[in-house]
Amino acid sequence: MSTVEHTPSESAPDAQKWVDVQASDDFAELKHRLRKFVFPVSGLFLAWYLLYVLLADYAHGFMSTKVVGNINVGLIFGLLQFVSTFVITTLYVRHANKNLDPLAEKLRGEIEGDGK
Amino acid sequence: MNESSPILNISIFGVFVLVTLFVVIRASRNTKTAADYLAAGRAFTGPQNGIAIAGDYLSAASFLGIAGAIALNGYDGFLYSIGFLVAWLVALLLVAELLRNTGKYTMGDVLSFRMRQRPVRAAAATSTMAVSFFYLLAQMAGAGGLVALLLGITGTGGQALVIAVVGALMIAYVLIGGMKGTTWVQIIKAVLLIAGAGIMTVWVLGKYGFNLSSVLGAAVDNAPKAGEKLLGPGLAYGKNGTTKLDFLSLALALVLGTAGLPHILMRFYTVPTAKEARRSVVWAIWLIGIFYLFTLVLGYGAGALVGPDAINKAPGKANSAAPLLALELGGPILLGLIAAVAFATILAVVAGLTITASASFAHDIYANIIKKGQAEDKDSEVKVARLTAIVIGLVSIGGGIIANGQNIAFLVALAFAVAASANLPTILYSLFWKRFNTSGALWSIYGGLAVTITLIVLSPAVSGQPTSMFKNADFALFPLSNPGIVSIPVAFLLGYIGTILSKDKADPVKQAEMEVRSLTGAGAEKAIAH
Repeated sequence: MSTVEHTPSESAPDAQKWVDVQASDDFAELKHRLRKFVFPVSGLFLAWYLLYVLLADYAHGFMSTKVVGNINVGLIFGLLQFVSTFVITTLYVRHANKNLDPLAEKLRGEIEGDGK
Repeated sequence: MNESSPILNISIFGVFVLVTLFVVIRASRNTKTAADYLAAGRAFTGPQNGIAIAGDYLSAASFLGIAGAIALNGYDGFLYSIGFLVAWLVALLLVAELLRNTGKYTMGDVLSFRMRQRPVRAAAATSTMAVSFFYLLAQMAGAGGLVALLLGITGTGGQALVIAVVGALMIAYVLIGGMKGTTWVQIIKAVLLIAGAGIMTVWVLGKYGFNLSSVLGAAVDNAPKAGEKLLGPGLAYGKNGTTKLDFLSLALALVLGTAGLPHILMRFYTVPTAKEARRSVVWAIWLIGIFYLFTLVLGYGAGALVGPDAINKAPGKANSAAPLLALELGGPILLGLIAAVAFATILAVVAGLTITASASFAHDIYANIIKKGQAEDKDSEVKVARLTAIVIGLVSIGGGIIANGQNIAFLVALAFAVAASANLPTILYSLFWKRFNTSGALWSIYGGLAVTITLIVLSPAVSGQPTSMFKNADFALFPLSNPGIVSIPVAFLLGYIGTILSKDKADPVKQAEMEVRSLTGAGAEKAIAH
């Protein structure tokens, strides 16, 4: 085991392999499937979090409105942040297991199968 | 606190130390190589690592701090826990798996992957050390206050002695157990902490007929000053425009800081594959989320059953809310258990931080910069890591004694702000932006670090206020206590400008290799079978 395994002096065919895989259709598809999920969802949960923070910061009256007993709008919004975090986690795991892992495994097999 | 028994508290804590030391010694029998010592042989399962992440993340600030903040400031305390939890989605969606696939031991592995090695590794190591150091100081300083409360030691000398003992124990864990030993300490601690908080939560709810609304009502009735305001936002941060902006700034640092905390990032290397890294984040999110729901009940429960006046009169003020609630519910024995868990929490987090900082020094600076990746024998990296751990341990004992009594929340917020400003932009750019180059990486790390620390030094947290570090000086030119709202966008911008202005181009072959490896896991470090 060497301390640094990716020094610039790697052999040329190896370097060519990474470039070829990056240009392949399968890899483009994998990258597309990952980004099409994580970028919009990240935007969404950050916007939802920011909305919550701004409401808690600047809309005290609205957030203090009671709904049931002593439970107010602010507490419900806060608990919904927990719910949305759990839901997004579950959805991402399903997406990754179904749409990302098989393709990543196939590509990994192709890459590690030929040089070794 | 008359009913509390320091001897009982110390005995329970002593049992914890003995049990964990035994586990650490057993776990270390197979520690031979650098991958064993620094990454636990990459042999932990996703669920195990997820529990350990929860252990690393739920520091004393989370447990004692948030419960106390809710007890005294109501809803505004709850806001913290939401930021701390939502932040995990950034780690899950954008960072954890890609990082596991491209790195080996440290954040520097990923940041320097397709850049010029030496300058970027030096920068990554610098910011890793900075974040770890601020986080360490906060934990060690917190230990002093906790001791005053739980063991009845109020003299500075006695507290300094306890800080030194905590530090010495932590050094022992790290030296003997390495990453594997500290991971087991985290697992044991997380189980105890979450179980303890869970039992207290059910207990509190049981007293009010399992009706959350009744707990909230009782907390309001018991808080004559705050009253109904306890249930809505604004009690702590709603005073004026500046405090509101400060809250927004803090909220940004919390949500973007987690995925840049080096001791959290390093945990992803202890599992064999990216899929296990994903599973570990999922476990961590559920455990941390459930724990924060417990703290909501515990905070309001402490308000209802102990009351804000009694909490404010106790030696540790807000930090004493959860221990006082334990005393109220289960008497001295439950207090002793909760106190031991709180100590264990500090000890475990401090050990996790120490191994991270020492790994970064041994791997990034010693092996890759000084030895240029050509270290003659594989053991030298481990030797250097062990030596660094001793040095860091001694420095943090000294720093903790000096920082004893300082504002802990300020130090933790500083660590999060540095992580969000210096680390996260650089990580995201190098994973997702093709053009990003060495110059951009250096600009965003050093620029983010410099802006954050400058703004902190010029903030009211350091000078000009009765609660500042320097009460008698006033050089607070920047109005906010937390710099995030300025420093995070500035760091992203600097990374962009540094890349665009530089003449050196990104290496397209290394970029291809990094992108393919990060998404497919090809060529990733494998687990070590013993």
